[in-house]
Amino acid sequence: MKTTLTSLTLALGLSFATINAQAADYAIDTKGAHASINFKIQHLGYSWLVGRFNQFDGEFSLEDDMSKSAVSVTIDTSSIDSNHAERDKHLRGDDFLNVDKFPEATFKSTKVVPKGDGKFDLHGELTLHGVTKSIVIDAYKIGEGKDPWGGYRAGFMGSTKLKLADYGITYNLGPASTHVDMELHVEGVRK
Amino acid sequence: MLKNSNSGYGWVSITLHWLTALTVIGLFAVGYWMVDLNYYSEWYQTAPHYHKSVGLLLAAVTLFRLAWKIQQPSPQLLGARWEKHLAKLGHIAFYILLFSLFMSGYLISTADGRSIEVFNWFSVPSMGEWIANQEDIAGEIHEWLAYSIIGLALLHALAALKHHVINKDNTLVRMLSPSTSQQPTLNEEKE
Repeated sequence: MKTTLTSLTLALGLSFATINAQAADYAIDTKGAHASINFKIQHLGYSWLVGRFNQFDGEFSLEDDMSKSAVSVTIDTSSIDSNHAERDKHLRGDDFLNVDKFPEATFKSTKVVPKGDGKFDLHGELTLHGVTKSIVIDAYKIGEGKDPWGGYRAGFMGSTKLKLADYGITYNLGPASTHVDMELHVEGVRK
Repeated sequence: MLKNSNSGYGWVSITLHWLTALTVIGLFAVGYWMVDLNYYSEWYQTAPHYHKSVGLLLAAVTLFRLAWKIQQPSPQLLGARWEKHLAKLGHIAFYILLFSLFMSGYLISTADGRSIEVFNWFSVPSMGEWIANQEDIAGEIHEWLAYSIIGLALLHALAALKHHVINKDNTLVRMLSPSTSQQPTLNEEKE
């Protein structure tokens, strides 16, 4: 009897989980800081310089058919943080991000191509430094499920490489530092 | 000869005046040049280091100068009533600009908690971040103040030349040597 009840509860719980996994909209959890937009770039070819953007906002829809999912993110470019005030000031200036003129960078997905095993290519338009380009983010789902506080969450990781000159950022940092690697961690809370 | 009198400046005041004049012009020139330095310039790290070191030393010198000025008699201002008022106002503006420049410059480099090394002799500790994006705001203010103090210095020099050439009083020459203030001027004879 007890076993039946347990399996019934389990079955109910599972079916709930299945319902939960269906199409839904998620807000990226920037409030709780369970998402981060990180970058790294070579310093002189000798090491990696790592930084991040502290302020951004975004949402995604997650469909059973992954290819129908979509993402959009808006980044406050002035929130760049490389853990050095003088460098951040330089990065915000017109040698790099020119944040007075281009206070926002945006990403809007155009296509999701599932590759199996939770992996997918996230195609989209990135607008940075006033230039819009198509990019592909190599991404995968880490997991989804209920959180301990009554919500439902899904999380991903993605990475892509950007050529700075493509976006009109041409300050000479040396031949090893023409590209920047983006590393994206995104957790969404279902709306 | 070291101290001021009612009619002229002593060597201490004269030295401080010209030391400040040369240093401020030098700091302005270096500052103007160094912000556009190429990443591979050999001055990329040293120029800002010297700029900050000299600036902070000048801050200490200016504190001493102000104490000296308060403690010493001020030579009588020469010229018409409106000229004396303007001169007084200009001198006060110089001190306000100087200390605002020291403060804003300090706030750029210390915004992330880092201290400022003065010629690797000693370091001036940070007081932390007071406002968001402090390095950018302080930087903008520092730039405008720098142009302002050079503008004011130009007016100051023109006024001194006007006293020398048109009024033919000893306003300019008494800032060159204490002995020149001993001779009565044309204006004083009339009074």
